[in-house]
Amino acid sequence: MLYTILCYKDEDVVTAWSAEEEAAVMGRLARVHEGLARAGKLGPSLRLLPTTAATTLRKAGEPPLVIDGPFAETKEQLLGFYVVDVADLDEALAIARDLAAANPGGAYELRPVLLYNPDPRGAAPGTGTG
Amino acid sequence: MSAPDPDAAWIAAALTAARPQVLAALLRVFRDLDTAEEAFQDATLRALRTWPRNGPPRDVVAWMILVGRNATLDGKRRGARLTPLPPEEALSDLGDAEAPLAEAIDAGSYRDDILRLLFICCHPELPATQQIALALRIVSGLSVPRIARAFLVTEAAMEQRITRAKARIARSAVPYGTPGAAERTARLAAVAAMVYLVFNAGYSAGTHAERAELCDEAVRLARLLLRLFGTEPEVMGLLALMLLQHARTPARFDAEGRIVPLDDQDRALWRGPLIAEGLALVDKAMRHRSPGPYQIQAAIAALHARAARPEDTDWAGIARLYEALERMQPSPVVSLNRASAVAKAEGPAAGLALADPLAGSLDGYFYFHGLRGAFLLQLGRTGEAREAMGRAIALAGTPAEAAQIRQQLDRLSGEGPAREKNLTRPVGDRPADASL
Repeated sequence: MLYTILCYKDEDVVTAWSAEEEAAVMGRLARVHEGLARAGKLGPSLRLLPTTAATTLRKAGEPPLVIDGPFAETKEQLLGFYVVDVADLDEALAIARDLAAANPGGAYELRPVLLYNPDPRGAAPGTGTG
Repeated sequence: MSAPDPDAAWIAAALTAARPQVLAALLRVFRDLDTAEEAFQDATLRALRTWPRNGPPRDVVAWMILVGRNATLDGKRRGARLTPLPPEEALSDLGDAEAPLAEAIDAGSYRDDILRLLFICCHPELPATQQIALALRIVSGLSVPRIARAFLVTEAAMEQRITRAKARIARSAVPYGTPGAAERTARLAAVAAMVYLVFNAGYSAGTHAERAELCDEAVRLARLLLRLFGTEPEVMGLLALMLLQHARTPARFDAEGRIVPLDDQDRALWRGPLIAEGLALVDKAMRHRSPGPYQIQAAIAALHARAARPEDTDWAGIARLYEALERMQPSPVVSLNRASAVAKAEGPAAGLALADPLAGSLDGYFYFHGLRGAFLLQLGRTGEAREAMGRAIALAGTPAEAAQIRQQLDRLSGEGPAREKNLTRPVGDRPADASL
């Protein structure tokens, strides 16, 4: 079954990383990712820009209200997510523990996927720099 | 089953991240910068002692504020032979009982607290270098030796510079009251200017790596500002401007440390994630339809960033943006940048026509003569071009600047006009208002 692993963390801490720390964390994570990919368990994964780059469209009213920033002010922010293909919750938790050891601090929220639409473009999306 | 010891790097990053908010709250509590810094230092030592054993607290900032405050009050009470407060181990995580206290300290005023902390660093009587040093020491928490290395002075000299700046602040009335809307806007503008000074100190550092890291500090400070003032388009513009300029850093210097003109930079080296964030912020800011100098400069940087190749650059758009900036913030350097963009869009004659009237105010300016030389060369006025470039070399502030013009002169005498297109160095690679 498909689980998403939603990555919550204080983005202040992430932006306080030095270049060396960033490289060290990403290096440790890459080893976990490789293992998951080899086992055929790793689906799409995303890392998000800081919430300062976020815009929210509140759709309660008509017309919807566009506001700066994330939907909710919280101490830990959604910074990215993984989709993993696992047998059960225990296996998803084991993966989350491996990720946590590589990247301590914050929390992973494990949510089963209800509906999964693959990228209709088929290819990997661009890096968004253009 | 027990959780692994928190990673030392994670603790260090958590302490760095918490610093501005914790120090700002402690400053409000103690109303004295040195006491606040000592209290923060105390809390840091206790964190390093207890977190590896007990695990990090759920709310790092609240823990640090409480422990820092208590440690200092404890010290004062011991001095006055009063009962000490309970040890910080009892506070290793904040239980439900402490939560309201933490809330009271937080009190939703942390936004103004942090703004105040930044604002006292930009005291108008402090020269720019002292403002920068103070902000790096107090807000970013860089050590004095680290700041001294960035500015190529001795530790003793930097220590003295910071001590003097602090003494100057202590003599002036620090505004502890909650600012009104107009006062808050004025403080924000002063702080934004100071953050950009920090950035430019790093950006103009050439290949001096430790000083160049000041760009990262400035970006962090701007992110902090934007989280506090998330709907201010000029703060979005400031952060976007710095991100888009900083993205080019890996391509700005060649192996010998010479400046690589924007047109000659290997754009594959530009840092994609910084560009993505900068472009997103420019889009967000534009939506407010309330343009300001940082937003316009960011929009200029965005047009450079969006061009996959130099020849794809929207020079007419850049010229229009410089024209808007000229109206908003008149300066001969901005006019010179406009002349450079107009030359790209309409040809060297149009550029020269805009540059020549600036001779009075920019006669002592390296880039003015370098740019005029390039225009004249493109127009085939070789003798005048040679003269202008000679003036530029005489005025060059760094060997890298001189080498850059000399290279153009070499091309002039060697290869002829074959590479003329490379000669007009876009001055847009340099922060427009930082040079005079």
